[in-house]
Amino acid sequence: MVDKFIEDKVTRVPLKKDGQEVKVDFNDLKSGGFIKQRQKDLFAVRLRCPGGRIDTKKLIEIAKIADKYSKKGVIHLSFRQSLEILYVDYKEFDSLVRDLEKIGQKVASCGPRVRVPTACGGCEYNPNGLTDTQQMAKMVDEKYFGTPCYHKFKISFSGCPIDCARTREMDLGFQGVVEPTWDEDTCTGCTICSKACKEDAIVSHPETGKPIYDPLKCIYCGDCIRACPTESWQAKRYGHFVRIGGKHGRHPREANEVANFIPNEKVPEVIEKTLEWYKINGKKGERIGKAIDRVGVESYTKFMESVFKSGEPVPTGKV
Amino acid sequence: MADIKADASLDLRGILCPINFVKTKLKLETMDVGQVLEVVLDDGEPIQNVPKSIKEEGHKIVEVKKEGEHFRLKIQKR
Ligand code: HEM
Ligand code: HEM
Ligand code: SF4
Ligand code: SF4
Ligand code: SF4
Repeated sequence: MVDKFIEDKVTRVPLKKDGQEVKVDFNDLKSGGFIKQRQKDLFAVRLRCPGGRIDTKKLIEIAKIADKYSKKGVIHLSFRQSLEILYVDYKEFDSLVRDLEKIGQKVASCGPRVRVPTACGGCEYNPNGLTDTQQMAKMVDEKYFGTPCYHKFKISFSGCPIDCARTREMDLGFQGVVEPTWDEDTCTGCTICSKACKEDAIVSHPETGKPIYDPLKCIYCGDCIRACPTESWQAKRYGHFVRIGGKHGRHPREANEVANFIPNEKVPEVIEKTLEWYKINGKKGERIGKAIDRVGVESYTKFMESVFKSGEPVPTGKV
Repeated sequence: MADIKADASLDLRGILCPINFVKTKLKLETMDVGQVLEVVLDDGEPIQNVPKSIKEEGHKIVEVKKEGEHFRLKIQKR
């Protein structure tokens, strides 16, 4: 529906300028990234910036290009971490795309396909980060960007349970987790871990001060590991908590929680199998969350069993 | 366990995050490697956050004592 709208608008305008044919590459338009503005002939051009990270050298060049093509000289920072060059005349698409290609910058996509993945800073520089969200976003962008689906398909990566990249409202979200494990011998009973745990998953023993751990309350943030002065809390394993079927918009849907501790190397398989399930069970124009509501989350978790076994399936598939 | 002798001391009661950590860090910078700084921290956010940050900076917490509503930490500069 969205794509059609853009294309209709484009095909209706005469592709002539000063009597000359204007070349517009419709393959570029179909893959989207060119969004009709309310102003005649003007479009917003959305750039492909996986994880919202851009080399400074490239950013300088993008700024020059934006300055050249934006009739108002403005860029907008989108809610999915992209740069949008506003007020671009459609007649200049070709030359804009060529200029962008020269600096290795691609245009993003709209419509029913896998979108540019978003990601927080993750473990590279955020002290809370447990997974390398930026590397994962880069991988997803390279491997899956533009894959056709029944509707838009948004993937994001958060580095920890604070979930800045909002995996709960993504079609498929990966959130960093760490499983803590405790060594009694080195523990001095200082009680700091019970203070550090914001989930009441650790209570100090009234006499010894040593931790009493409740895995049912633990959200696997790793605060206890970072706080313990004696390294008595250690990371047993890192991985991704997986959420499926979330969306934002007029009718938000909170994602189903389906698996925990999925290792990095299994993330591609999770994406591929999920898209396969969507292909089999979804319908045109239907987000994967809708398909899950219609078909049942058990259908999905059963289909995913072989890959979710690499971590721990969340048995209830609870929302 | 015998008390570890402190070379310097900071009372950070009533000082909010992250200023309490910044003060700790600045004090540690004036000290020699191996010396011990004693800090007194409030319960709640300070005790949740400061030990993590001290560890992230590479220092070692060598002693922790709870005294009513606050904690007495000894930190060895690394
Ligand atoms: C030309 C039109 C459209 C374009 C280019 C577009 C593209 C996008 C993009 C890139 C986002 C995320 C943007 C960001 O956060 O920066 C978004 C969000 C969203 N769009 Fe569109 N979209 C368009 C039209 C539509 C239409 C027609 C619908 C529904 C009928 C729709 C439904 C949504 C919803 C629900 C969200 C919220 C995010 C989410 O579900 O995760 N969009 N759109
Ligand atoms: C310059 C043009 C456009 C830009 C920059 C744009 C951008 C966006 C962005 C950034 C979002 C997502 C907001 C979010 O995720 O928080 C969005 C959503 C959406 N857009 Fe567009 N869009 C444009 C044109 C259009 C057009 C032409 C349509 C209608 C055909 C449209 C319909 C929608 C709808 C329905 C949503 C979802 C909001 C909801 O469901 O409440 N947009 N758009
Ligand atoms: S989700 Fe966690 S790791 Fe990512 S930016 Fe937020 S706090 Fe940092
Ligand atoms: S990982 Fe986080 S939630 Fe779990 S016990 Fe440690 S501090 Fe608490
Ligand atoms: S913080 Fe470490 S040493 Fe202190 S009680 Fe917890 S596990 Fe034991």
